[in-house]
Amino acid sequence: MREKSKTQITLIILVLTVLGLFLANRYLDAYKVRIINLSGIYVTLGLSMNLINGMTGMFSLGHAGFMAIGAYTVGILTMPVSMKEMNFFMQPIVPFLANVEWGFLPALLAAGLMAALFGVLIGAPVLRLTDDYLAIATLGFAEIIRVLFTNTQSLTNGALGLKGIPNYTNTWWSWGVALVTVWFISFLMKGTYGKAFLAIREDEVAARAMGVSLFKHKVMSFAFGCFFAGVAGGLMAGLLGTIDPNMFRITLTFNILLIVVLGGLGKIGGTVIAAIIVTVGMEALRFLDEAMDLGFVQIKGIPGMRMVVFSIILIAAVIVREKGLLRRPKGSFTYVKN
Amino acid sequence: MGDVSIFLQHLTNGISLGSLYALIAIGYTMVYGILRLINFAHGDIFMLGVYLTYYGVTYTSLPWWLVFILAPLLTGFIGILLERVAYKPLRGSARITILISAIGASFLLQNLGIVIFGGRPRAFPVPQMLNRVIRLGGVSINIVTFIIPAVTILLLLGLNYFTTKTKTGLAMRALSKDYETASLMGIDINRIISITFFMGSFLAAIGGILWGSRYPQLMPLMGSMPGLKSFIAAVVGGIGNISGAVMGGFILGLGEIMLVAFLPRLSGYRDAFAFVLLIIILLVKPSGLMGDKVTEKV
Repeated sequence: MREKSKTQITLIILVLTVLGLFLANRYLDAYKVRIINLSGIYVTLGLSMNLINGMTGMFSLGHAGFMAIGAYTVGILTMPVSMKEMNFFMQPIVPFLANVEWGFLPALLAAGLMAALFGVLIGAPVLRLTDDYLAIATLGFAEIIRVLFTNTQSLTNGALGLKGIPNYTNTWWSWGVALVTVWFISFLMKGTYGKAFLAIREDEVAARAMGVSLFKHKVMSFAFGCFFAGVAGGLMAGLLGTIDPNMFRITLTFNILLIVVLGGLGKIGGTVIAAIIVTVGMEALRFLDEAMDLGFVQIKGIPGMRMVVFSIILIAAVIVREKGLLRRPKGSFTYVKN
Repeated sequence: MGDVSIFLQHLTNGISLGSLYALIAIGYTMVYGILRLINFAHGDIFMLGVYLTYYGVTYTSLPWWLVFILAPLLTGFIGILLERVAYKPLRGSARITILISAIGASFLLQNLGIVIFGGRPRAFPVPQMLNRVIRLGGVSINIVTFIIPAVTILLLLGLNYFTTKTKTGLAMRALSKDYETASLMGIDINRIISITFFMGSFLAAIGGILWGSRYPQLMPLMGSMPGLKSFIAAVVGGIGNISGAVMGGFILGLGEIMLVAFLPRLSGYRDAFAFVLLIIILLVKPSGLMGDKVTEKV
């Protein structure tokens, strides 16, 4: 009975999403549709980070780097040949990529696979580090990827970035991927792998004693997380049409981290809602940066104010959550003092 | 112009950059030693120190040397404030929670910097006395390049005296050795933590002033890269260990300068050097060059 009502709720949400997207595409202006797209992408990003940080209890700060890999993969693979020639005027693109022009779906899959591949390559050696060190090492990798992309002129066009990536991303793509991510991660967490992830989060030593292979599960969780980060990066490239290495700074990772923290470590539903709230909120807070005209008085906009508010929310969210105003993860011992 | 003199020039540059990293790294390592917390906002405290000095010199009539002392003191108090607001409410919670708060604090300081100081780069008012170029055997070297290591060594001697000879220093070391036991011995934890943050921020601000005299361009985001790199220096030397942090700083500074000097083709990868070094160290010797070996207890 309970299973059945759950299926019904899932179906209702699905139908409502599809209906909502249909109406949005029909009646909203381009700016609002873009925010809806961004929300979908951030849902995917938040979930992929939550899989690594919330559900497996590793602390990775490498998301921006894996997004960069995905974004560049999609950018290079989908860009028309003539556009490539225009982009790479400093140095011609490496020959084996010069005449490629893929469709969006294979390019997105390639983006995810590339990111996952790098995730495994990077993760295999560093995932044995514990929280602080892992955070710094993954942050370092994201930074290395950015520096690498700035310097590999014939592959990524260096600091100039890529322009004119076809705008394949629409609400169906962004939210389709988001729904697939929700489904996949719920599916994963229900099975043995998910149980193993949670066991590792709660107590690594105990998990190992019960025969859970730490290495295998950590790398697996990391690879899945990176896969979705790469796909989301690809969607971002298809949405913006222009990417350059400086987009993928640590700030981007922190945005996603805020979503994860607000949504709750290890929570799927919370992450989806937080992703939407944060994305819409970041746009809504834009008024702080711009000049305001209240009729009788004019307030000069203060650039950067938006991010100040943003960071205050981040700190407040952590402190308030710790004080117990928001719900803690169900049956979790992570918050016991250690 | 022999090769030797060019090498010496690179060497002095490396040593002075290394000293700067060392000064900032000490703050990371001291805080980590006691609270087991990566104070992500430390690099931004460094930035605040530079800006406070800039405003002090430019907009007040105080002599520059007085500003150079007052600004670090003020930065020290900002460090204490930071701990009170962002870290103290979370003491005893999961490490990941405090780490997120630290990231938020770093973010806040950076963006407050943009709001208050403006995003435009500013020129650091280097005092005439420090801004002289001397010629030594065919190479011209800015005098600041020598002042930086000298100041660093003086501060390190002072710090060494403080941690080994004073009662507060003893309490600090006791806390970093064993937090729980030390707190049972009547040590006022809050006071020691405040002092730790004060000293770390003070040193970072001094590092900032020296940094500004060497690379006189001020930006609100200027703290994040040196901050990250100094943290790496602390990890390389063995986090929690002050002499390790100093050593890590010098290794990093010299390595960076030498990489650019002798492999100019790789100069674009200069910022990646520190991170590659970090990852190698973490894989080969996670406790750092001078750190204690950590054993896992069940």
